[in-house]
Formats: sequence, structure tokens, C-alpha cells
Amino acid sequence: MALFFIAPVLIGFGIFYLYPAIRGFWWSLTDYSLLAEPEFIGLENYANVLQDPEFWNSMAVTFAYVLINVGSQTIIALVLAALMHRLTRSVVLRTTLLLPWLVPNVTVALIWLWLLDTNLGFINKVIESMGLDAVGFFTNPSFTIPTISLINTWAYVGYTALLFYAGMLQIPQDTYEAAAIDGAGEFRTFFRITLPLLRPILALVLVVSLIGSFQIFDTIAVTTKGGPVNASRVIYYYIYQQAFTYFDMGYAATMAILLVLILGVLTFIQLRLLRASESQIA
Amino acid sequence: MKRNTALRLAGITTAGIVLAMTAGCSAAGGDDGGAVTLDYWLWDDAQLPAYQQCADEFTEANPDIQVEITQYGWGEYWTNLATQIAAGSAPDVWVNQASYYPQFVADKQIEDLQPFLDEDDSAVDFDAYVPGLSDIWVVDGARYGLPKDWDTIGLVVNKQAIADAGLDEASLQDLTWNPDDGGTFEEAIAKLTVDQAGRHGDDPAFDKDNVAVYGFLPEWADGSAGQNLWGNLAQSNGFTYSDVNPFGTEFNFDSPELVETIDWISSLQAKGYAPPFDQQSTLSRLEVLQSGAGAMTSMGSFNQLMFKDVAADYVFAALPTGPEGRKSAINGLSDAMYAGGEHKDQAWEWIKYLASGDCQSVVGETGVIFPADTAASEASVAARAELGLDASVFLSYSEEEDGTFLIPISYNGAEMNQIVQDAIQSVALGTAEAEAALTDANAKVNALFE
Repeated sequence: MALFFIAPVLIGFGIFYLYPAIRGFWWSLTDYSLLAEPEFIGLENYANVLQDPEFWNSMAVTFAYVLINVGSQTIIALVLAALMHRLTRSVVLRTTLLLPWLVPNVTVALIWLWLLDTNLGFINKVIESMGLDAVGFFTNPSFTIPTISLINTWAYVGYTALLFYAGMLQIPQDTYEAAAIDGAGEFRTFFRITLPLLRPILALVLVVSLIGSFQIFDTIAVTTKGGPVNASRVIYYYIYQQAFTYFDMGYAATMAILLVLILGVLTFIQLRLLRASESQIA
Repeated sequence: MKRNTALRLAGITTAGIVLAMTAGCSAAGGDDGGAVTLDYWLWDDAQLPAYQQCADEFTEANPDIQVEITQYGWGEYWTNLATQIAAGSAPDVWVNQASYYPQFVADKQIEDLQPFLDEDDSAVDFDAYVPGLSDIWVVDGARYGLPKDWDTIGLVVNKQAIADAGLDEASLQDLTWNPDDGGTFEEAIAKLTVDQAGRHGDDPAFDKDNVAVYGFLPEWADGSAGQNLWGNLAQSNGFTYSDVNPFGTEFNFDSPELVETIDWISSLQAKGYAPPFDQQSTLSRLEVLQSGAGAMTSMGSFNQLMFKDVAADYVFAALPTGPEGRKSAINGLSDAMYAGGEHKDQAWEWIKYLASGDCQSVVGETGVIFPADTAASEASVAARAELGLDASVFLSYSEEEDGTFLIPISYNGAEMNQIVQDAIQSVALGTAEAEAALTDANAKVNALFE
């Protein structure tokens, strides 16, 4: 009976996750142009990928993106959640924070593409009216990745803040009362009570947003297409290019498999460091 | 209890969806009796009405063959096509482009049309086409498409900017260029550039850090052909892409003629005549031109109709004459037949009709593109003239000997595009020297063919 109830999920998992994953692994061992039949070539793809400077560049670009995106998103979300938790519990405010998250990613990217355009964008007009030079947010290689990271921080920070907020609501109110009686200020309360007791949620949110952040694709595809040169060619975009522009599905599958390995290791380290399975709330 | 029902329902729905999906696959394959429906794909929505008319007329003449046209934007077109080919259900006939077709040939996904031609040798009048277009699609005696349309490159200049610069419109039709001082082309660009104080680029007091109108908007995202700008200038400076074209295997992207050309285009930024690469708009050059932030740019004949509502404000001119003459890239399209298709004879009839003067003149009369058929091309020029757009410059290159050159057609085209474009953009950005970047890129390109 139990099996019957989990069957829908199990079937879905099998068809949409397990089978494609196995197929992807098989492709990574082949020379497969997508147009002709795959041809087994052993580990050749793996050797080539590891020697491909573009692969390492795209990994570095992705790491930079993840660092800025997850870093800024987590800090801002924590602050917002703490404010919601300690200052106001207005439902209107919470909903407003969530609005950017409700906008489709492609729309978000297009809106910012227009706002930040060097010649016609509103933001650059403001910058120029202050007597400064226009900034090529998407065209200057040192700005592209920070720009795209912060756009997605803008889009996701409300959602992350809401998760933290839900976590904070689980922290027993009496710990805060005890802290208040002991004369702890807001900052001390945050660092000594909220943060440590939030740790399991923090770990979960970090792992989920890290994995999500590694999957950055749509904003890049809409705004810079990996450019200028290769300054924003993140790993997902490079995988996509190899598979569907260069018709090298085998090579693309190899990079995808390597990405799974890297993400697996990162997740393991994170969970270990944050001791996610232990909670201090008894 | 309620929850149980919901779960069961979910299970049944999932099973239903899976069944429906498998059923959908088998239903698509069947057809009834003699009537055949051909799938035809194209990417340009502006051409859709004309080809729909062709399809209707074709079905009128061949009642047993229906044609169903599907249009995808350029961005999705090739990915969708690849996925459909991988699934074995690609359209019977699709519009093919010169730099994409070698991959389909290499993977044996498109049909050789020569056997059909041999059986039906009066089917196509090759003399009716603009010279050079039909050979693009021939590989080792096999023919992978019949010519559909073609395009060349010209200059578009804002008339008001010409007047402000004190230039003569007629003089722009006959510019000269060289990589050393840029010739009269650079002089015109300088005059068209205006700084925020209203001084022109040739004024010694010109402030290159505060430019209001850029004299020229270069295209830097231009693949391995430089079809929209650098390829034309480099060719007029004596550059050739490869040992042979089509299907070259040894490339010359490190040649001094190309290095000089890229250096010259890049130098326009330093002089304040072109927007710095890292501060250019993410919008297309033509949009920037129409916004008034630029005075002149190069563009393909396929984009001319973008100016139909502002025809009186712009003038079209031929590319400048370089040390080796005036040269424009020529690119062509064709219709390809899917090798895995079920109705090849009917597909051949459709392809033949698409390549005929009948269908091409329908398309030509809309003025959207230049059909491969010479008479239909002239009809297209006439249609544009009625809109106030002078298209004669795009045709002028074929009057001169070697006035046009073919964009590179070879295997590994997509990788090549990225490698060369990255190298040229790094020069534009100032992060690399042209010679070093292009030598490196050329080595990578040649390594693709080892």
C-alpha cells in the first residue's frame, strides 16, 4: 500500500530524473552530435574537458557569480527577516518583498537590461546627470558578473528572507524574553540567539540557494549571452553552447556530470560545516 | 479519506499524461490515403505571409500535397531543429543557412538533391539565379539545396547628421578606405561625430571624452565572418578567410591584412568616433542609430525594411573602396530536404517550387529580402523603392568583378564563430593586441580541423 502511494512520485522520479541522469552519463562517454548516433569513446571527453581553458574559465566565472549572489542574498535576507521578525509583522510588507520573486526570470532580465543600458538606460541617465561617466553594466567585463549576480539577488532576496523568517518564528519566544531580562540589546540578541538557533534553516537555505545559484542560465541568455568575450560564460551557458550550438552533446554531458560531482562535494562540506542535522532547539 | 481520493486522482492523472504523450507520438506519423502534408520550417516572421502565399498556390497546383509552415525565431530555430532531428521527427523541408548547413551534411541529415535533378533536368533554371549562389550548396558533386535568397552589406547614414557635418550626400556613395589613415571613410566618420559642445570630430578642439553623436557604430559580435563590418573591410584590404571556400580547412585569421583592419576599427574608439566597446549599448546598432546616438553604421540588405517608416531621414551607401577594391560579403539561404523524411518526392516538388521564379517573385514583391532569382530580386528593389528605400547599393557589388565574396562555409562553423569573435572582442576591449589575439585564435581554429 505504501508503495502504491509513493508510486506517482517514484514514477516521476524515475522518468524525469533517474533515466535522464543515466542517459546523460552514457552520453558523457560518447561522441554524440545530437544529429547522428552516439559513438562510444571512453573517457576521452573527460580528458578534454579537464584540459579545456574555457571550462575552467566558466567554472571561475560561475564561482564568482555564486559568491556574490549567495553572499549578498543571504546577508540581505537575514537582515530583512530579522527586521520582519523583531520590528514589524506586517503581511503587506512581507508580500511586497516577495513581488520580484513572482516575476518570471526572463522578464526580470529584460527589465534590468533596459534600465541598465549604457546609452538609453534610466540608471545611466541618472549617473550621467550627476556628472559621472556612464557605466557599461553588461558590456564592461569587470561589471557583468556583479551586475547579473545582484539582479538575481534582487529577484530572490524576498523569497530567501521569507524562509529565514519562517525559521525565526520557530525559535521559542521565551529565549528572547530571557535575553531582554538579561539586558541584551538587539544586536547581541541577533548574534547570540537568532543566528545560532536558526542554523539548521540557514544551512538548508544556503545549500538550496547555492545549488540554485550554480544553475544560473536564463539571465545570462537574455542579457549578455556569455559576453563580453567570455566574462559571463557561466558553466550552464557553456554546457548549453556545447550541446546546442556546437552540437557536441557528449562533451556537454561530461561537463554536466563534473558539475554534479562538484556540487555534491560542496553540499557535503557545507552540511558538515554547519552541522545541519543538529538543532539546539530541543 | 479525502486525501486518499486526491492522491489516487493524482496517480491516475500522471498515468493519463504519460499515455497521452506516447499516443501523441504515434498519431503524428499517420496520414490518410493519397494526400500528404509536408512540414516546412522558416525563422523570419516577416517572410511568413509571402511563403504562405507560395504554399497556397503550390497546393492549388498539387492538390495532393498540403504544406504546413512553422515559424520559430532565429534564437530557437536551430536548437528546435536539432532536437527534432535527434527525435527523428524533423520537418520535411527547412530553410537552411550557409554557416549551419555543413553540420547537417557531416551528420547525413540532409538529402542530396542532385539525383532528383538528374531525373528531372529541366526542373531548375540555374541561369536565372544571381551568379555564385547555387554553388554554395554543392559539396563534392552533391547538392544540398537550391538557392533561395541572398544579401549584401551597405552603409546607412542619418541625413540630418550629413547636413550638420557639411558633407555632400553624393560624396558618401564613393568613399575610400585604407587601414593606415582610414581614407575618406574616416574623414567622413570624423565629420559626422559631434561632441557635447557641438564640435565635430575633425575640429582640433573636439572633446573625445564627451561625445554626443558617434560618427560610426561598429559591429563587434560578428562571428568568424565579420559579415556586417570587419570581413568586408579586411577583404577589401586583401584578406581571405581560408585556403578554399566553401569547405576550407586552413584559415588565415592571423594574416596582417586582418590584423590591420581590426586595429583600425578599434582605433575609432580611442579617437572618440565610435562608442567604447565596454560602454556600447546592449541594443542593436540600428536601434542606436535610430535613437540618434550614432550617425552611420553598416547593415545587411535584409534589415533595410526596418527603415521603411523613416525612409526620408536616412541615406544608403555602398561600402568604401579599399586598397583591393570595393567588396561586400554575400550570404545565401537555401531549402534543405530532411534525409529522414517520409515524403521525399513530394518534398522535392515543394523545394522545386520554392526555387522557381513563380514563388520567388511572390516573395520578391514584398521587398523583405532579395530572392535568388534575378528578376525577383529586381522586383524586390522596385518594391523597396516604392517605400522610399533605395536598395540599388546592395546590388551594385555584383556589377564589379570580385565585388562580392562568400562568407566562410566550413565544418565546425559554430566553434569558429565563437573563437574568432572572442579574439576580436578582446581587441576591442583593449585586453589583447590584435596580432597576438588573432594568431592565437587562428591556431585554435586550425586545430579544429586536425
